[in-house]
Amino acid sequence: MAGVAGGGGVGGSNDFQWCFSQVKGAIDEDVAEADIISTVEFNYSGDLLATGDKGGRVVIFQREQESKSRPYSRGEYNVYSTFQSHEPEFDYLKSLEIEEKINKIRWLPQQNAAHFLLSTNDKTIKLWKISERDKRAEGYNLKDEDGRLRDPFRITALRVPILKPMDLMVEASPRRIFANAHTYHINSISVNSDHETYLSADDLRINLWHLEITDRSFNIVDIKPANMEELTEVITAAEFHPHHCNVFVYSSSKGTIRLCDMRSSALCDRHSKFFEEPEDPSSRSFFSEIISSISDVKFSHSGRYMMTRDYLSVKVWDLNMENRPVETYQVHEYLRSKLCSLYENDCIFDKFECCWNGSDSAIMTGSYNNFFRMFDRNTRRDVTLEASRESSKPRAVLKPRKVCTGGKRKKDEISVDSLDFNKKILHTAWHPMENIIAVAATNNLYIFQDKIN
Amino acid sequence: MLRGRRRMESTLDAQSLISISLRKIHSSRTQRGGIKLHKNLLVSYVLRNARQLYLSERYAELYRRQQQHYPDGAPLLAMPACPPPPAPPELPVLPLPADTQDREVRSCAAVRGGAELLEGPVCAAPPELQRAPCRDSSPGFYRAAGSAGPGGGGGGGSSAAPGLLYAAGCDFGTGGVPHCSSRTTVLDLDTHVVTTVENGYLHQDCCSQCPCCCQPVAGLASPPPAPGTKRKYYPGQEEEEEGVEEGEPGGGGVAGGPPFAPCTKRARFEEYSAEHPQDSSNISNLISIFGSGFTGLVSRQQADSEQPLNGQLCGKQALASLGAWTRAIVAF
Repeated sequence: MAGVAGGGGVGGSNDFQWCFSQVKGAIDEDVAEADIISTVEFNYSGDLLATGDKGGRVVIFQREQESKSRPYSRGEYNVYSTFQSHEPEFDYLKSLEIEEKINKIRWLPQQNAAHFLLSTNDKTIKLWKISERDKRAEGYNLKDEDGRLRDPFRITALRVPILKPMDLMVEASPRRIFANAHTYHINSISVNSDHETYLSADDLRINLWHLEITDRSFNIVDIKPANMEELTEVITAAEFHPHHCNVFVYSSSKGTIRLCDMRSSALCDRHSKFFEEPEDPSSRSFFSEIISSISDVKFSHSGRYMMTRDYLSVKVWDLNMENRPVETYQVHEYLRSKLCSLYENDCIFDKFECCWNGSDSAIMTGSYNNFFRMFDRNTRRDVTLEASRESSKPRAVLKPRKVCTGGKRKKDEISVDSLDFNKKILHTAWHPMENIIAVAATNNLYIFQDKIN
Repeated sequence: MLRGRRRMESTLDAQSLISISLRKIHSSRTQRGGIKLHKNLLVSYVLRNARQLYLSERYAELYRRQQQHYPDGAPLLAMPACPPPPAPPELPVLPLPADTQDREVRSCAAVRGGAELLEGPVCAAPPELQRAPCRDSSPGFYRAAGSAGPGGGGGGGSSAAPGLLYAAGCDFGTGGVPHCSSRTTVLDLDTHVVTTVENGYLHQDCCSQCPCCCQPVAGLASPPPAPGTKRKYYPGQEEEEEGVEEGEPGGGGVAGGPPFAPCTKRARFEEYSAEHPQDSSNISNLISIFGSGFTGLVSRQQADSEQPLNGQLCGKQALASLGAWTRAIVAF
């Protein structure tokens, strides 16, 4: 049963609460830039959890099978594989350094024993195969056990090699490299429901790839103006519809979302639907354009809704209604009066992501001070929780947090001015079926689960 | 009185936002991973908003002073005879103190009038020295924002564009006819070609000498103007080979013509900024040096193009003139 924690749960029951499960990552205060987590993604079954970091590494955690001796505690996530996905590169032609930071990871649906995922940095997408090896062949005829070749003349008899078990080894190998298709920085990748194609989006273009073909991609959206001086908006995120393989959406820095149908034309510069909420003129400020820029867009699992995240709010849109969202949730409205300082310290450019739970009844997104927020769409309850080492005792229940926006600060409340803006939660993920969430707090990955009474 | 103080505060806020924004754009050039188009676009919006507020306040102030001194009518601030253009799309409705519905129209007029007042001496410079600045010599840079085409009306912010971010060279030409053309120079990151575009934009930079300041913006309804001159991009000593892809290796924009004083000034700016990369308090001065290098100093010391750049000398004037800011942005 999916729901939201807090004083009251779903359907009036008070049972639902979030508990600390695990935390991954170093404890030191001194965080190396390369260790900062830049993306988090569960696979389709939820058994695998992948993280990418600024150093170009991918770490995959696997959920242990539930143990019969502890039926009330779910399986833990342990490291399954670690590999270097991207390295820093230098584009000599343009004298540009290409960061190795992993911008996005997307899993492919599993089709055989191996697992496949796409990982991307600013310029290059790679398809990685993660496979297990737990057997080893022994008894070769032409070589020794240590691999040295035998002298063929010394072989007097032939034998059939046999497979012997060995310690499990997980290997990650790059199977495809999709490069040189993006002039601008890639911000999104999305696997299509046909499991054969995927899209990659940069600031001005979206390309369609076939997973098997690396030397060609189709450009399906190009918003680059003939005259760069006429540029007014960029693409910020893109995603395929979960069921309709011809439909995708992309969001813009102007707070608009365009839904495109690849069957209507080869080049989807003209949208099929255009989602925009009219701006409230009374709230206009120097920073109106910045805070309306959409940082993430995600379809619901049902495919009927989509959710967008801008700097201060999360909005849920019905695909059938273009003129306004059906739901709007304020994430941290108390920051509206602080926009000037947030602009100065660059926090206003932070790109928060958002995610749905498996049943689309709840949504989650991050905030500052290692806070993250959950909204229950049915009960309209919301809760603020914190990912911190202090509340990291096994199965400790997370206490809801509250930010004091003015007036007298109550006990346990935090005032806006005490918020730590260096501790930001930009990346969160929700298990596709269960109430397990992964929250990336700088260089640490927190895993929380629901507690069943 | 209180209104005046609030106005002053918002002007100061606008000023600090402008310098902060310019600093961000400047530092983005050296950031790892290359210039982020999205971030720079957003910064340019803030810059535009702050600048518009600052300027509209400034010109409103000037207008008020004029009214005080010349209650019977101000010959200095004569509005041009031609009909005012439609509100440029780049002026969104900003919540200015004591704003009224017709504020936008009023500030447009004030801006034009004010520009005439301020740009008068500047535009008296010899025409051949009024050039769009040459490209910044930072490889791989491209300008993050540009103006929209003539969008419909000035209502709302969403269709507005950072339209003032282009270089405005008041190009008189020898015949004194069609001037007030603006030139923009952009580097296309895809093709690596530097393009100088001329178009008949209305720009507040136009000086009092040009009666055709008020060319209707509708003139721009056509698709983007023909690229005009294209020239290869020469960062420092290197040669960019990529430009040949476009077929036009050079449109003759570089060679020939009057001495390219702007390039000299730009080289100095580069040195200056390299020496003081973190000196944020001097950002205004840097910008004013840059701006003045092309018009301010030229007007004062026309014969002496080697005048050492003096930030203090040009600071106030540059702040007041639109051209300095726009040229600074384009340079970045």
